[in-house]
Amino acid sequence: MSAAVAIPHDMEPHPVTGMYNGKFGLWLFLASEVMLFGALFSSYVLLRMGAPEGTWPKHGAEILNVPLATFNTVVLITSSVTMVMAWAALKMNNIARGQLFLTVTFLLAGAFLVVKYFEYSEKFNHFEVWLKEPMVVDGNSVSSIRGHLAKDCPPLTKETHIRAFAIPEFILLDPDAPAGSKEHPPTLRIDGGNIRRISDFGPAHSTFLATYFTLTGLHGLHIIGGMVVILYFMLTGSRFAQKRPDKYADRIECTGLYWHFVDLVWIFLFPVLYLL
Amino acid sequence: MSLKGFHVFFISVCLIFSVGLGIWALRAYRSTGQADSLYLGVGAFFCGAVLAVYGVWFLRKLRHLSFV
Repeated sequence: MSAAVAIPHDMEPHPVTGMYNGKFGLWLFLASEVMLFGALFSSYVLLRMGAPEGTWPKHGAEILNVPLATFNTVVLITSSVTMVMAWAALKMNNIARGQLFLTVTFLLAGAFLVVKYFEYSEKFNHFEVWLKEPMVVDGNSVSSIRGHLAKDCPPLTKETHIRAFAIPEFILLDPDAPAGSKEHPPTLRIDGGNIRRISDFGPAHSTFLATYFTLTGLHGLHIIGGMVVILYFMLTGSRFAQKRPDKYADRIECTGLYWHFVDLVWIFLFPVLYLL
Repeated sequence: MSLKGFHVFFISVCLIFSVGLGIWALRAYRSTGQADSLYLGVGAFFCGAVLAVYGVWFLRKLRHLSFV
């Protein structure tokens, strides 16, 4: 006792909204996403405006890797272009070309995540040590030192209840090169008695980095979500497109709208976090 | 708005931000003298130009598809 029931406005535009229902639903979803990211951007602005002096970097480039992020921006813009090309090819009934562009979009999204992985890993291997008494490094008296742990430095442990690094007996640190120079000062031995706090450049380092990881982490999850949808259409698309090419093109349009939104979020995140 | 309309909006925003990045990088070059900033600035302006050319090409190629 089964009867085919036609879903109204599945493909033809609804007279009220002017678009098919799937696209309208997608736009409503994107409106909720705007509120989510809008709230986080507002939090960023409020935290930055209220940050005590010296606790927020002058601009993100002091801590973050601008060339890598620029490369990732180009990757995402290119993925938007390939996404729209996939949709255009399907609209012209060129299924093979559409699937090819969809695959390229998926690969570009993967490349973005790989670069992000390297960017994140670098943060968790880069340390800052705040001192009780200032030390002289490269002729300058400093109260905190940034750098990487030297090869023969004893491993650091974390105090589990507060998830912060325990103060070791001593550490060996290869300090970062001063701004405008590529020469690193010699390895430093810092006694535990002179260490006030030690942290990697993870979320616990500062409010700025906590905000950075929250915003870019959430964005990364959206990229993964988009990749799952694209992969689904890569695997099942050819059959679907042969049965109902118009409907398949509509689905890819909705995926493309989501993908463009995710890319647009990054276009705003990049200058806000890395440049300003 | 269709994907075509959103794509045109997206490319326009990217174009504006590319020019912004170019200005930011060249100003950084003027204050620090680091060659990396100069390359970044020139690259950003180049990307802006590529985006402008692409935007025009895209609009011409997909003339038959609706903005709605």
